[in-house]
Amino acid sequence: MSEQAPDELPEPGPPTAPQARVLGAVAAGGALGAVARYGALVLWPTPGGGFPWTVFVVNVSGCALIGVLMVLTVERGRVTHPLVRPFLGVGVLGGFTTFSTYAADVSGLLVRQELVAAVAYMVATVVAALAAVWAGAVVTRRLLDGPVRDEGRAA
Amino acid sequence: MNGHWLLVVIGGAVGAPLRYLTDRAVQAHQGPGVAYVFPWGTFTANAAGSLLLGVLTGAAVSAPAHALLATGLCGALTTYSTFSYETLRLAETGRAFLATANVLASLLVGLGAVFLGAELAGGFGG
Repeated sequence: MSEQAPDELPEPGPPTAPQARVLGAVAAGGALGAVARYGALVLWPTPGGGFPWTVFVVNVSGCALIGVLMVLTVERGRVTHPLVRPFLGVGVLGGFTTFSTYAADVSGLLVRQELVAAVAYMVATVVAALAAVWAGAVVTRRLLDGPVRDEGRAA
Repeated sequence: MNGHWLLVVIGGAVGAPLRYLTDRAVQAHQGPGVAYVFPWGTFTANAAGSLLLGVLTGAAVSAPAHALLATGLCGALTTYSTFSYETLRLAETGRAFLATANVLASLLVGLGAVFLGAELAGGFGG
């Protein structure tokens, strides 16, 4: 694969480090990410019933960062240590961002019949998260690859 | 919520490896080229974590249990970052239908799992 068509993005395969070390890196990263999210919620508590801004910002910023990380590691191979993706990607960012709290907050708003806030929160998070991961990846690719030339990138 | 930092650390240290092992186990059943097909591993972890968080919400557990299991374990078992990146990959590799399906199915199943879990544990009122 000398030239990468859009259809041939490198696949994020399983990590190459020994399983025990990978699990240790994932656990350490998950602990750090979860406690960082908890710290954000302690510092900026959102009153129940309102738009859950703190988890919104946590999830969107985590998505921007994983866009950067996956380009640096899997797509462009600039960072090759086998424990970087398990620690930072699966662990820290996976532990920092959360789908369950997001779903539970949407459900809570629905149960309290705050329909507008529920739908706004549900949709805004998805849209902002996808925009953030896209922006993180695109900006990092642009910075690494330099200006895009029409005749194609040198491999 | 305050003062339960260590419990969150422990929950996160268990939840994240659980998600990783779930993802690997599910992908092992999918065969080669898994990153280009539907990301069932993350989908499964997010659904399971949402179900468990629904149960915890319905059971109205104590603050320390909430820190350990809800904020720590469920928070780290589920992920928004990998969900977003896998959706982006599907979209960028010309699989717009699968990308859309991943978003819609994750939302529907995640919400449904929270409601189901809460019902199983006695309803949202606790």
